[in-house]
Amino acid sequence: MYMFKYVTKRLGLMLLTFFIIFTMCFVLIKLLPIPTNALPGQDPEIVMRTLEGRGWITNIQKGENGVYSYDRVPILIQYGNYLSRIFTKGDFGIATTYGEYLNMNLWDVFVSHLPPTILINIYSTLIGVPIGLGLGILAALKKNKWQDQVINIFIILLISVPSIVLALMLQYVFCFKLGWFPLTMSTSDEYFTWEVFRSMLPAVFALCLGSIAGYARYTRAELSEVLTGEFMLLARTKGLTKRQAIYRHAMRNSMVVIFPSILSEFIGVLSGSLIIEKMFGINGVGGLYLNSITFQDYDFFMLLSGFYTLVSLTAGIVIDISYGFIDPRIRMGAK
Amino acid sequence: MAEYNMNNIPADKFKFASGRDISHDSKFDTKPVSYFQGAFRRFAKNKGAVVGGVVIMILILFAIIAPFFTPFRPAYYDMSYAYVTPKLDLFAENDIDFWDGCKQKDTNTVGYLKDLALAQETGREVIKNGEYVKSEQGNYTYRYDTYYGVGFGKYKIISVEEYQNIQAYQDKTGRRVLYPIVKVSDRPTLEKNKYDANIYYKTEDPKASIIRPKLNNKGEIIPNYWMYEAASPSGTIAEYNSIRIEGEDGITQNGTKYYYAYGRLVDGGVEVRAEYYEYYTYQHTQVLKDGISEPSFLFGTTDTGKDIFACLAYGARFSFVFATVVAAVNFIVGVIWGSISGYFGGKIDLCMERFSEILGSVPTMIVITLLKYHMGATSQALVLFIAFFATGWIGIAGRTRMQFYRFKNQEYVLAARTLGASDTRIMFKHIFPNGLGTIVTSVALIIPSMIYSETSLSYLGIINLEAGNTTSVGTLIAAGQKSIMAGAGFVALFPCLFLVLLMLSFNLFGNGLRDAFNPSLRGSED
Repeated sequence: MYMFKYVTKRLGLMLLTFFIIFTMCFVLIKLLPIPTNALPGQDPEIVMRTLEGRGWITNIQKGENGVYSYDRVPILIQYGNYLSRIFTKGDFGIATTYGEYLNMNLWDVFVSHLPPTILINIYSTLIGVPIGLGLGILAALKKNKWQDQVINIFIILLISVPSIVLALMLQYVFCFKLGWFPLTMSTSDEYFTWEVFRSMLPAVFALCLGSIAGYARYTRAELSEVLTGEFMLLARTKGLTKRQAIYRHAMRNSMVVIFPSILSEFIGVLSGSLIIEKMFGINGVGGLYLNSITFQDYDFFMLLSGFYTLVSLTAGIVIDISYGFIDPRIRMGAK
Repeated sequence: MAEYNMNNIPADKFKFASGRDISHDSKFDTKPVSYFQGAFRRFAKNKGAVVGGVVIMILILFAIIAPFFTPFRPAYYDMSYAYVTPKLDLFAENDIDFWDGCKQKDTNTVGYLKDLALAQETGREVIKNGEYVKSEQGNYTYRYDTYYGVGFGKYKIISVEEYQNIQAYQDKTGRRVLYPIVKVSDRPTLEKNKYDANIYYKTEDPKASIIRPKLNNKGEIIPNYWMYEAASPSGTIAEYNSIRIEGEDGITQNGTKYYYAYGRLVDGGVEVRAEYYEYYTYQHTQVLKDGISEPSFLFGTTDTGKDIFACLAYGARFSFVFATVVAAVNFIVGVIWGSISGYFGGKIDLCMERFSEILGSVPTMIVITLLKYHMGATSQALVLFIAFFATGWIGIAGRTRMQFYRFKNQEYVLAARTLGASDTRIMFKHIFPNGLGTIVTSVALIIPSMIYSETSLSYLGIINLEAGNTTSVGTLIAAGQKSIMAGAGFVALFPCLFLVLLMLSFNLFGNGLRDAFNPSLRGSED
C-alpha cells in the first residue's frame, strides 16, 4: 500500500511537471512570429488557410498588394485547440516548413523515425551491459591486482575521452582507414538485414563504449563495498564456497544499486544520442529534431520536445521507484 | 630532618611553582594545519591530480597567449588554401619530413608531370627535394607540398591599378608574382580546364578532359607562353615592365626578339597568372596589411581554408572564459538558493525544491532552441550563457542544501544561535565555510562539463558562434569530420586532442580535489 501511494504520488508529480514544461514551451513558441511565408511552389493562400485550419489565426484578408493580414488567436485558445486535437484525434499537426515532410502527419513521420534510434540503442545496451558488468565484477574481485589496474585505466580513458572524439576516432579508423564499415548508416528501412546491421555497428560501438565504462566503474565500486560487508564473512563461515557467497549474496546486493540504472538506460534508449546520430548519419529521431529546429517547424518541435522531456522524466522516476521494489528496506520519500 | 616543624614551615623555604617543571602541556612546536592547508597537502600528494592541474594551466595559457601570437582570426578564410597540411617553419626549413606542410601523394604519371611542371616554372619544391619513388606500375609516390602545390589556381582578373602595383612591388622586393600567360586560343578548350592557370605548357590534346602535358623528345615540358614581337605589343596585351623570366631582353627566335605577355586586357581589368603563394603574400602585406605575411598554418587549414590554430586558440579562449563566468554566476546563485532552502527547511524548502526540480527537468536543448528563436542568431554566446545559467545552478544549489542539512543541527550552530548570532551570520560564517570544500569541488567539475556541452552544441550546429567573430572547438570538430572523407584527418586531430586533454586533466584534477577536500570519500567513486 505504501509503495502504491508513493508511486502514484511520483507519477502525478511527474505528469504535473511535464504539463508545466509543455505549456511553457507552447506559450514561448506561440509568442514568436508565425511563419506565414510560403515555400517555393506553395500557394500563400493555402498556407494561410492551413494556419487558420490549425486554429492559430483567424480573419484572413488579402490586401491589395497581395499581402495577407490576419488576427492571431489568443494563445490560451490556441493551446486549448492544440490539446483537444491531441486528445481526441491523436493529431499533432502536419509539417509546415520542414520541406522533406511537407504536409505529412507529424506523428507518422515521428514513428517512422523511431526504429533506427531504438535499434541502435538496444544493440548498444545489449553489448554494453554484459561487458560493463563483467569488467566491473572482474575488477572488484581482483581489487588492486593488475587486472584491476588495467580495467581502471581503461575506464578512466573511456570516461574522459568525450564521446564526440571517441565516435570520430571509430569512424576514422574503422570506416575510413580500414573500410570495414560504411561511413554512415544505410538509409534502407529493412532494418533486420545484415547490410543495415553492419552499417549500424560503428554507431553501436560508439554508444556502448561510454556505457561500458560507466557500468564497469559503478559495478566495481558497489561490489567491492559489498564484498567487505560482514554478511559475506558470515556466508563463508556458514560453509558456502567463495563462488557461492559471491553469486548468492554479494552480487544480489550490489545489483540493488546497479539494476535501476540499467532500467533507466533502457528507457533512455528511446531518446538516443544526438551526437552519434548526426555523426553516423542515422535517420532517427535525433536528426528529425535537429532539422525541425533548423527549419523552425514549430509543431514538429513541440512534438519532439515533449517526447524528449517525457523520456528524461520517466527515466528519472524509474530509478527512484525501482529502488523501492528491488529493496523493500529502502522507503523512498519516507520521513 | 627532625628539626623541621612541618606545620610551621618558614616562608623563605617556599619557591614559586613556576620554577619547577610541572607543566605537562607544552606548546606545539609545529604550526597548526588549517582545513585548506591540509586539503592542499593531500592534493599535492596525488600525482595524477597535480599533472592534471599542470595540463589545465598549460591549456589555459595556450588559450590566453596564442591569440596574440597569430595574425589569423577565426573570421579569416582563404578557399585557395583549403586543406593545406600543418607546417612548422622550423621543420620545413630544416628539411625534416614531418610537420613540414607536405603530405604523401600517390599519383600516376600525369599527376606527377603536372606537379613537376609547376615546380620547374616557379622554382619551388612542389615535390619535396625533387625526390620520388616510382612503382612498378608506373605510379609515383613523393612528398607533395600542399602550399606550393596550389600553384596559380585560376586565371585572375585584377584591376589595371593593381596590375601596376604588383609590378612596382616586384621591382622593389625582387619577388616574382606574375608569370607569362598563355594565349586564349592555345588554352585547353573544356570549361573546367580553360581557366586553369597551372597549365602553361603545351598539351597533348587540348580538348581532353584530363590534360596531359606534351613532352619534347628530351622528355621535357614545353612552355606554351604567349609571345609577341618586342617592337609591337598587340592590342589586348597589357604593358609590363617588371621582372621577366628570362631577363629584360626577351627571347630571340629566328632573329626576331620576342617578349612574353604577362597580362591580357579584358573588361574590368587585366587577366594575369599570379602565383598564389606570392600573390597571397603581396595581398596581405601590401593591401590588407593584417599582419599576415607568407602563408604558413601551424595546424593546417579546414575545408573552408580557416586557420585551425587561430580557430582553436580563440575557441579555447571563448570556452574557458565562458565556462568560468557561467560557473561563477551559477556558484553564487546556487549557493544563495541552496543555503536559504537548506537552512530554513520546511515549506520554504519544499517550494524552492519543486521550483528547481521543474526547471531542472527541462532539457537544455529545448531551452537553447527557444532562446535562439527569440533572440535571433546574432547573440548566440548570450543564448548559451542564459541557457547554461538557467539549469546550471540547480546542481550547486542541491549540494549546498545537502551541506546545510548536514551542519545546521550540530552543537556549534546551536551554540552560535544561543549566543544571539543572526541567521545570516550562522549561514555564512558558521555553516557555509564547512561545506565549502564539497561545493568548490562540484564547481571544478562543472567547468569541463560546460565546455563539453558547448562543444557538442556547436558540433550539432545548434549554436554557431562564428557570427560573433569567434568560434568553438565543436565547430572545428564538425569541420574535421567532413574532412575525413577528403583524406585530411589532421583537421580533426588538434581540436580532438585539445578536447581529450582538457577532459582527461579536468577529471584527474577534479577527483584529486574531491579526495583532498573529503578524505573520507576517497576512492568511493572510482
